[in-house]
Amino acid sequence: MREVHFDEIAGTIKDLFMEANVYLPDDVKEALKKGKEEDPSPQAKEVFGRLIENYEISERDKTPLCQDCGLAVVFAELGQEVHVVGGNFNEAINEGVRQGYEEGYLRKSAVWDPVFERNNTKDNTPAIIYTDIVPGDRIKFTIAPKGGGSENMSALGMLKPAQGGDGVRKFVVETVDNAGANPCPPVVVGVGLGGTADKAMQIAKKAIMRPLNSKNENPNLEKLEKKILEDINKLGIGPQGFGGKTTALAVHIEAYPCHIASMPVAVNMQCHSARHKSATI
Amino acid sequence: MKLELPLTDEKVAKLHAGDAVELTGVMYVARDTAHKKIIETLDRDEKPPIDLKGSTIYFMGPSPARPGQPIGSAGPTTSGRMDSYSIRLIEEGHKGMIGKGPRNQAVRDAIRKYKGVYFAAIGGAGALISGAIKKSEVVAYPELGAEALRRIEVEDFPVVVINDMYGGDLYSTAKEKYRTYSKE
Repeated sequence: MREVHFDEIAGTIKDLFMEANVYLPDDVKEALKKGKEEDPSPQAKEVFGRLIENYEISERDKTPLCQDCGLAVVFAELGQEVHVVGGNFNEAINEGVRQGYEEGYLRKSAVWDPVFERNNTKDNTPAIIYTDIVPGDRIKFTIAPKGGGSENMSALGMLKPAQGGDGVRKFVVETVDNAGANPCPPVVVGVGLGGTADKAMQIAKKAIMRPLNSKNENPNLEKLEKKILEDINKLGIGPQGFGGKTTALAVHIEAYPCHIASMPVAVNMQCHSARHKSATI
Repeated sequence: MKLELPLTDEKVAKLHAGDAVELTGVMYVARDTAHKKIIETLDRDEKPPIDLKGSTIYFMGPSPARPGQPIGSAGPTTSGRMDSYSIRLIEEGHKGMIGKGPRNQAVRDAIRKYKGVYFAAIGGAGALISGAIKKSEVVAYPELGAEALRRIEVEDFPVVVINDMYGGDLYSTAKEKYRTYSKE
């Protein structure tokens, strides 16, 4: 067993959130530049120009890219040869979130009671944590500050298997169409296919973290991603809903086996400020 | 075009959906809860904490300011959550709203009837927009933290007119213009 201390986990999480909130990933920056070049709409070009300016200011001044510094979403791949010492694994992650949101001047957007009191937890905890136990003696964290505006546009469809790929396509495109300007387009659309209702949404969220220039390894899904993206970019919504050909930067699909009677389709959207970052300890 | 705040009927009449506008002057910052609290003061026949006549409200909750800065990242939040509150404030003389995303029909009707305007700021450009905010102070409800009611002074604050007093709606016309999608 390799020992990993509570403080090392907390420190890693802290750095990841502080950095993810001010440095936009390179693949996203490239996509914004490409949008500015290629979208025929003058309003779209203007928005892309402003978004490029925004990430430059953010890098320079360490002002968060967006005032919505998100709920703290953490995907952990925990090696089964790791022994966490000095405290509880989940609490170490929350401690990192607590420190990062304070030291990074990040907005704390978590409320304890979702319905009645809606009182702010004041340190942006608890994080949303998904842990996979994997072989090895390392821990890999992939984190995302997840904004509320895009999250609110999520949708789940329990489709009939007979609806097939075309049914999936229509459901996803319609969800993006209904969302309009709300999720801060151009968006990254995460699609989870299969599993159970909850599993589908979880893998949809995982899908938004995939690099924008990466290819789906499954040829059927790759084809479906392309077709859905093409259709979404025919909707006309464009960057910020001001009109244009770039409503989505990418469509990413993750799939999982499911019940013989089911075909769950989950859509989880990520705004253009597609902040995420990974680290392995 | 450049425009000085506060808004008047004459200024609002010049604005059309799709116009890019740079605002200078005083505006207020409020999200859902602050709106709700302002309306509660009106319901109790008390004086609201801000002068609503000709006012512009920016739907926003900033990130904390770094030392020496007036405000942190400061982009718009989704406006639809304010729909039910906005109508009441418009009836009291409130004129300009800034956020992102569509408003419902009732708000668009109130904008026509009372000569108001709804602008969009660029969502997710909080660092850029922050630079247009020169001063910021909490004027009420400090207990709400990032959601407190603020008064801010802005210079050349960039917005686009979405809904004008003539019934124009940029979100629908822009989408129609670039739309080539058919369901089948």
